[in-house]
Amino acid sequence: MSTEQIAQVVDAKGLSCPMPIVKTAQAIKGLASGQLLEVLSTDPGSVKDFTAWAKSTGNPLVEQAEEGGVFRFVLRKK
Amino acid sequence: MDDEPLNLVLFSGTEDRLQAAAVMASGAAALGRRVNIFLQYWALDAFRKDRISASLGLAPEAGERGAALVAEAAKAGQQPWHATLRVAKELGELDIQACSLSMDVLKIEEEDLDPLVDGVEGVTAFYLNAGDGHIIFI
Repeated sequence: MSTEQIAQVVDAKGLSCPMPIVKTAQAIKGLASGQLLEVLSTDPGSVKDFTAWAKSTGNPLVEQAEEGGVFRFVLRKK
Repeated sequence: MDDEPLNLVLFSGTEDRLQAAAVMASGAAALGRRVNIFLQYWALDAFRKDRISASLGLAPEAGERGAALVAEAAKAGQQPWHATLRVAKELGELDIQACSLSMDVLKIEEEDLDPLVDGVEGVTAFYLNAGDGHIIFI
């Protein structure tokens, strides 16, 4: 677990592709550079999607975990 | 490639194909890519104000089993194709244009169309805006 404070949490559990990524892209617009966004998803495509999205948009994926079928991602706004 | 828009030509007006198109469009918008959508024939018909929320059926290959699975996804909360497109539009640069020939053939006026549609254009304008980006026909 990061000791840094999470600025915002997006709960995308139960949403199907591409909504977890779409909601993430929406939420990150409202953050300041350097702030952290946490996203929770149950979409099995999420792991590859978040890795690709982070790489493509330049917002680094700083944490990634899975527990009980829920994927947790922490992204830092570039 | 990222500077070039994604260009979707929508022809089919069944819910499953429109949903597939909406997924392609919103995913690209989430990556910050510009998206152009060109509406022809039955896809254009589906964007009429009085049709957009109607039940538009599925592609023939869905069959009964496919229809049941799609209905199950909707019941589980999957949003309809037009809602996915509205979200994509809020998120990024998504331009939706009606094909002027299809407007003529289907006797559709601009005021008959849902506000998701930004305007009417011919195929030449579509190609010009498409630039060197991929063109996908659905």
